[in-house]
Amino acid sequence: MYTKQLSVFLENRKGRLSEVLTILKDNNINISSASMADTNDFGLLRMLVDDTDKAQKVLKEKGITSKATDVIAIIIPNTVGSFDAVIRKITEADINIEYMYGISDSTEGASIAMKTSDPEKTLKAIEGMDIKFYGK
Amino acid sequence: MIWNETKECMERSEIENMQSKRLVKLVDRVYHNVPYYRKKMQEMGLEPHDIHGIEDLHKLPFTTYEDLNNCYPFGLRAVPMEDLVRVHASSGTTGKPKVAVYTRRDISIWAECVARCLTMAGLSKGDIMQVGYGYGLFTGGLGAHYGAEEIGALVLPMSTGNTKKLTTLMIDCEATAIACTPSYLLHVAETLRDEGNLDKIKLKYAICGAEPWTDNMRDQVEKMLNIKAFDIYGLTEICGPGVASDCEHHKGLHIWEDHFLPEIIDPVTGQQLPEGESGELVITTLTKEGMPLLRYRTKDLTSLKKDKCSCGRTMARIQRFKGRTDDMLIIRGVNVFPSQVESALLTIDGITPHYMMIVDRVDNEDTLEVQVEVEERFFSDEIKQLENLTKKVAATLRTAIGLNAKVKLVEPNTLEHSQGKTKHVTDNRKLYEG
Repeated sequence: MYTKQLSVFLENRKGRLSEVLTILKDNNINISSASMADTNDFGLLRMLVDDTDKAQKVLKEKGITSKATDVIAIIIPNTVGSFDAVIRKITEADINIEYMYGISDSTEGASIAMKTSDPEKTLKAIEGMDIKFYGK
Repeated sequence: MIWNETKECMERSEIENMQSKRLVKLVDRVYHNVPYYRKKMQEMGLEPHDIHGIEDLHKLPFTTYEDLNNCYPFGLRAVPMEDLVRVHASSGTTGKPKVAVYTRRDISIWAECVARCLTMAGLSKGDIMQVGYGYGLFTGGLGAHYGAEEIGALVLPMSTGNTKKLTTLMIDCEATAIACTPSYLLHVAETLRDEGNLDKIKLKYAICGAEPWTDNMRDQVEKMLNIKAFDIYGLTEICGPGVASDCEHHKGLHIWEDHFLPEIIDPVTGQQLPEGESGELVITTLTKEGMPLLRYRTKDLTSLKKDKCSCGRTMARIQRFKGRTDDMLIIRGVNVFPSQVESALLTIDGITPHYMMIVDRVDNEDTLEVQVEVEERFFSDEIKQLENLTKKVAATLRTAIGLNAKVKLVEPNTLEHSQGKTKHVTDNRKLYEG
């Protein structure tokens, strides 16, 4: 029923996200979904990984604090009103949603949405990689 | 213009005679009225009759912040409680404020001292002065206020925090003088410039104190506002602003030696240093009734010059401040000790006592950022909780040090951790020249 989510506190400074991702890569940990919540001063990287315990351990070894949290991860049919129906159920049960983000469809591979400071340049940068654009 | 020429221009021998007489009386007074001092003197084998004049000053015990703390709040008073009419206070290192108490006569001497300073800057009856220091326990507001009233100036008690109102009233009431911290004055100048109002003011003088500033800053603000700016010095324990200030020749701050007996000592050995040598400024309050202090160690590093000034005054001049003997910071005129920040942070769940204070001056306003580590077990996956933590830290600091600090949460184990002496402060302002 529950999925383990890994959260990492990140100061807003250049290269910090990359450092975390490199540690996970070097330890052969796969990230199936990632979301970044940010404020002016810091960000929270929330991820679903294939081995949360190991991820926490290797991050801690590098002095990076993470937290494992149970979240509810569900797949909603791609039809009009299905998302609304789920949220309405939760709302009617007087439950507050603290945060929410889109996750990847595991059969299709991870889908992420990102906004960058220079979209055009970003597209050029990833051109030719083994990726598909979502919805195409 | 000289407010009290008979005092301010006394011959050196007259000054010393007066100081000697007053010192003998003071020692007698504290010995008989302040048990704490009597005990200190007895422990040193000193009796009042051992002190014949200022040549015996070096025999007397020092007074330090620790003494004030031991006697907090009223233990050093030398008069009955009912003769006290005022309490002022500023922050101390341990969270306990430094408290000073005043009799009615102390307040009137204080007003006289500030009146001398304001007159030295060029003010007189007919001037209109805005007081942009905080009113309250802080001595700045009321000290400047009483001095201005003493010379018969019209006072606008602005206090701090509303620059827009200050500039509006400066223009509408045709203020000719302002008393505030130097950094605030620059902020006011820039506000006037941004409003396009620099040519609408009638300001002639600024009397700035409560924090160190450089000649560059003075030049900058004098040019911007087309005024003359003066430096005023004081500290709560001694009375507040008005202990000393500079004249138009800017050759140091004239200290009112008939009330405050200055010496320079080696801060390590405690030995008196000859005129001109740099060390810690020590002040004995010759005329204070409420809380007279023997050889109070200001922790300010400077030197003294006693030759007659071109302005005609003979009172000794405190030279440029070279720093402090402790880690006290002066931020927006408020005295702040890293230890206060530390003890405040320890009261908050979720924050390790690892912190770094970053002090800077942005657009001529002091800024304080306090970086604190988010303790591992309190790290949350919710932005809201981390933001609440930030707010809680800011509110706690505001209560503890009386300043709004920008709080920044940083990753655990990223700040320097104690290996002997941890550096807790980065001050980027460079307030002390050379």
